[in-house]
Amino acid sequence: MSKKIIDAIIEMREEDALKTTRELLNSGTPPLEILNACREAMDVIGKRFECGESYIPELILAGEMLNQITDIVKPHLEKDAKAEKLGKVVMGTVEGDIHDIAKDIVVFMLDINGFEVTDLGVDAPPAKFVEAVKKTGAKIVGLSGFLTLAYDPMKETVAALRNAGLDVKIMIGGGQIDEQIREYTQADAYGKDAMAAVNLAKQWIGV
Amino acid sequence: MSPLPDNWNTMTPDEKLDARIKNWISTEDKAFETPEAAKKYKERAQRYADVVRLKQPDRIPCTLSAGDYVAHYAGLTQGEMFYDYDKAAQAIIKFHEDFDLDYGSSSNFMPGKVFERFGYKLYRIPGASLSPTQSFQFVEGEYMQADEYDALITNPEGFLMRTYIPRVMGAMAGWNMMPNMLSATELPFVTFMSINFSIPPMQETLKTLSDVSQAISEWLAASGQVSAFTRGKLGLPATMGGFTKAPFDYLGDSLRGTRGIMMDLFRLPQKVLDAVERITPLAIEMGVNASNSSGNPFIMLPLHKGADGFISNKDFKKFYWPSLKNTLTGLIEEGVVPFLFVEGGYNQRLDTIANSGLPTGKTIWLFDKTDMAEAKKKIGGWAAIGGNIPVSLFKAGTTEEMSDYVKKLIDTCGPGGGFWLSPGAVLDQSKNENVHTYLKVGKEYGTY
Repeated sequence: MSKKIIDAIIEMREEDALKTTRELLNSGTPPLEILNACREAMDVIGKRFECGESYIPELILAGEMLNQITDIVKPHLEKDAKAEKLGKVVMGTVEGDIHDIAKDIVVFMLDINGFEVTDLGVDAPPAKFVEAVKKTGAKIVGLSGFLTLAYDPMKETVAALRNAGLDVKIMIGGGQIDEQIREYTQADAYGKDAMAAVNLAKQWIGV
Repeated sequence: MSPLPDNWNTMTPDEKLDARIKNWISTEDKAFETPEAAKKYKERAQRYADVVRLKQPDRIPCTLSAGDYVAHYAGLTQGEMFYDYDKAAQAIIKFHEDFDLDYGSSSNFMPGKVFERFGYKLYRIPGASLSPTQSFQFVEGEYMQADEYDALITNPEGFLMRTYIPRVMGAMAGWNMMPNMLSATELPFVTFMSINFSIPPMQETLKTLSDVSQAISEWLAASGQVSAFTRGKLGLPATMGGFTKAPFDYLGDSLRGTRGIMMDLFRLPQKVLDAVERITPLAIEMGVNASNSSGNPFIMLPLHKGADGFISNKDFKKFYWPSLKNTLTGLIEEGVVPFLFVEGGYNQRLDTIANSGLPTGKTIWLFDKTDMAEAKKKIGGWAAIGGNIPVSLFKAGTTEEMSDYVKKLIDTCGPGGGFWLSPGAVLDQSKNENVHTYLKVGKEYGTY
């Protein structure tokens, strides 16, 4: 049965995916099994994205389907049925930049790949990143920025995290970000898309 | 510019293009401070026109879209570039004076007061809704709802005028009472039409428009000062005379928003196709009008949502390219040269473009992250190409790295002509020495 929902999601059949979710719940399928099936589907979509077979529309619709399915399933979940997380990540768009779409996609991909993500939103000043890392104990920070105006705030944020003596790995990404800017900002790595971010995070925590 | 020739409507696209380019190159109806400036203007314009027509000029032209860098260079804030027109004009003049440019540069000099009078909500503005030291930024949103496709498709301009404009421009709320334009066709209809203009929200909006006309006049005066200097004194031609966009981007960027349009591809595919088809004539008209009023044949289309990684090639060919191709065709038929600014990468799209059947030597393509060797190979014989020097290199590279990059790019794309130099995107930030190096190496090494 769970294959049916996996297929519906990866083939972008939104109505079928929601209908199947309800059918599965009604026929007594454990809610966690449904969510695990979703995760499996997301894994396929993520891999397709990585090798250039899926694109932004697929990621956005998959995210939308996952949200809707979670809403349907949630009331049926036992309270402490929280999945084990791989590690913590603090993510945000740096100060001065209000672009959120790419950052949201990275947050979403990290989340479905098992990371607990603290999303600082957009226009997040360096102090906010420092504070969030201290509070959560995250070992990974992701800095997003779409425009060239993000170069200096990224550099300042990296410096602020280092100056605070925090033991974190920092990755950066966005429209005009490349290896040259990685060097300029002194971040640990640059990722060209959301799957690169997931792979970096996994590599850093050793899975 | 000089008015279009009387026989415009019977001219062929080639004749129209010739007329527009000739008019742009001509120094006769333009004011110059010295004969030397006029001579330089003509020489530079001719060189650029040669590139557009895929010829090999005496040397490769170097363009620069400096954006916020102009303000940084002159020690102004971005807020001042939006609100202090005199200061801004002086900053732009200083920038053009200090760098050895071939053409006028962009500068993000914009009429902040106009956006304010309109209550424009699509962008956040430095010195208004942003701190004066930040860059203007687009505010993503669904400014048109998914259930409004039919309204847009039935009457695009009516929808934009009565629904969209009041929504994105707070002070234009009265336009939701804009009468149907058929009202002008009969005497009694005009009576009823007039009543709409007496309604208080409409009166408010009409007052807004009067304020806007005042605000834009101040900005135009400062702009005139700038072009009197850049063209009149320095002899720098402008390589761009206005904008339009791909129909899919009009719909996806500012109407439905990124999330909205991406989900529409699955939920409402036919509506998306119908909408971009309906937007196409407006997109063409926008570009043609801009070319007519600026006297410049080159109309920029910044391309957004068709980039590599955004949508699949299949979706590109289905949703993005056909209406863009029709827009390009419409512009070319009117003698306008579409100047496509390809943001991001277009490596997966080059084949589609190369096999489009669009005429040779009628479009120009500015690439950001596209592989230039591939671009040269696949479309270099068909359209002029340029761009690709990373803005990150301007900001964080050394002058040696800049010099090496420019030389390598010239080696790759220069042979045979049809190529000009430019950063891959709007500069915004840079080390001063890297801009000088770019221009110096570009001119020296780019001499054929």
